[in-house]
Amino acid sequence: MTAKADVSMSPPLLGVSSSEDEPATRVAGETRATGRTATTKDESIKIRVEELRASYGDAEVLKGITLPIQSHKVTAIIGPSGCGKSTFIRCLNRMHEVTPGARAAGRVLLDGLDINREDVDPVRVRRRVGMVFQKPNPFPTMSIRDNVLAGLRLNGLRIKNPDALVERALRHVALWDEVKDVLSRAGTSLSGGQQQRLCIARTLALEPEVVLMDEPCSALDPVATAHVEELIHELRESYTIVIVTHNMQQAARVADFTAFFYMGLLVEYDLTDVIFTRPKERRTEDYITGRFG
Amino acid sequence: MIGEPAMNGDAGYRRRKITDAIFRWLCGGAVLLALVPLASVLYYVTYRGIGGVDLDFFTSLPKPVGETGGGMGNALSGTLVLVGMACLIGIPIGVLAGVFLAEFPGSRFSTVVRFSADVMSGIPSITVGIFAYAVVVLPMGRFSAIAGSLALAVIMLPTVTRTTEELLRLVPGTLREAALGLGVSKWRATLWIVLRTAAPGIITGVMLAIARVGGESAPLLFTAFNNRFWSQGIDQPIASLPVQIYTYAVSPFEDWHRQAWAAAFVLVALVLLLNVTAKVLVRNPVRGK
Repeated sequence: MTAKADVSMSPPLLGVSSSEDEPATRVAGETRATGRTATTKDESIKIRVEELRASYGDAEVLKGITLPIQSHKVTAIIGPSGCGKSTFIRCLNRMHEVTPGARAAGRVLLDGLDINREDVDPVRVRRRVGMVFQKPNPFPTMSIRDNVLAGLRLNGLRIKNPDALVERALRHVALWDEVKDVLSRAGTSLSGGQQQRLCIARTLALEPEVVLMDEPCSALDPVATAHVEELIHELRESYTIVIVTHNMQQAARVADFTAFFYMGLLVEYDLTDVIFTRPKERRTEDYITGRFG
Repeated sequence: MIGEPAMNGDAGYRRRKITDAIFRWLCGGAVLLALVPLASVLYYVTYRGIGGVDLDFFTSLPKPVGETGGGMGNALSGTLVLVGMACLIGIPIGVLAGVFLAEFPGSRFSTVVRFSADVMSGIPSITVGIFAYAVVVLPMGRFSAIAGSLALAVIMLPTVTRTTEELLRLVPGTLREAALGLGVSKWRATLWIVLRTAAPGIITGVMLAIARVGGESAPLLFTAFNNRFWSQGIDQPIASLPVQIYTYAVSPFEDWHRQAWAAAFVLVALVLLLNVTAKVLVRNPVRGK
């Protein structure tokens, strides 16, 4: 495809130039990665997934998925349990490798670079493609402040103005006003919804280009869910977002595009409006109208 | 309908209440029984030993047979040196081995290591002494602090390894994923997130191991041997509290018995101090929950 040729445009993945060319203090949303995508012919596509297959041991979970992820849009992956949607997004930053016995084949092109290539360092991929998990998981030994800075510190990056960075990240997730006086308290002392927003702030502090969210609201109550959804809406300005959810209303509320997965296959992908109002596939319609799943 | 009489009047309910009470008292009684030896040891050691503890005890050398007075400064410092050196050898190896076992649990090598650690923790400490005698004392041609601390390190090793492994396993996988998801390399995630989260437990385990070897006398008898004077170096024989206690306790001299009790008291106090320090040190620096 067109996006394939510009491998050299993404040096940070290849391990030659390190964190130095991505100053930690870069302002969210400012001049984001424009240099990298400038020559990509199809600029609107951030990640192009081609014939992606994944399996755990003998069980094949993804059976050849081809899907574009649009830049600066929210893409929702919906489908019944076990359809492979979590596996799919874990393959987008090679987190699937963390699970013993997991394998993936096929191509995942991030700005044209195949992240599954042997010479690509998964650690660097994950710095560009961040992840928020199902259960809020702040580091229990760290304060709220240290949790926000954790990604940068653990990566050994120097932080010029940590206070400003903490404030910016927490404001970004609309948590600042709630926690600004208790920044030294444990991250785990917050409520579930606050913890999840803290985890999102922790991911955003690293200035990723893509944020993957694996059912980020499934452990949250409706009020906290509303907070996070509002946040996703705003984050689209600066980030490309992929969210897995089995709450169809949520997909309808937050996503620009929606992909429906079933039994490891992509059944239908389209604008969210189209998927929810006039799906082309019978199975999609059956699922969103609650006939199965 | 469930009325009041049916709730608490029938025989089944009364039987459950009685069974509950019986087991509660049995459990409480077992706790008391378990505490009796502990409390009596503490009480008796303090009662007999505290009188013999004075400044001389900590700073002086033992007096020759027949003279009263003198102290155990050499044995006290000897124990600190032996245990300190044992920690230098045993803790890094033990913790790293534990990390290996927890991070690569399925490999064949891990199974062998884990099994060996379990077997090792059951080996009588005097056997470990013989081992150290064979590999250090015989080649060197003399008893030494090195040989003694090696024996103690070997005794610590399985406890430290297995405690580390067990505690690392308790750290939720989601934390590891969180770190890896932030683009943190595996070794940094293991060191700064997983190991850090498990640290309080691991330190407690290490302290228990130290407390255990601090009171060992058998493996020191023919490795560190004993020394009536201040140690001249780690390649020389060295005194230690447990061995000194043993020597004094089996002697026929009343004054030595008195000092043996004092030494026992100091040893117990050291172990207690160690535990309390560990608890204070590892208290989570982050407040809340």
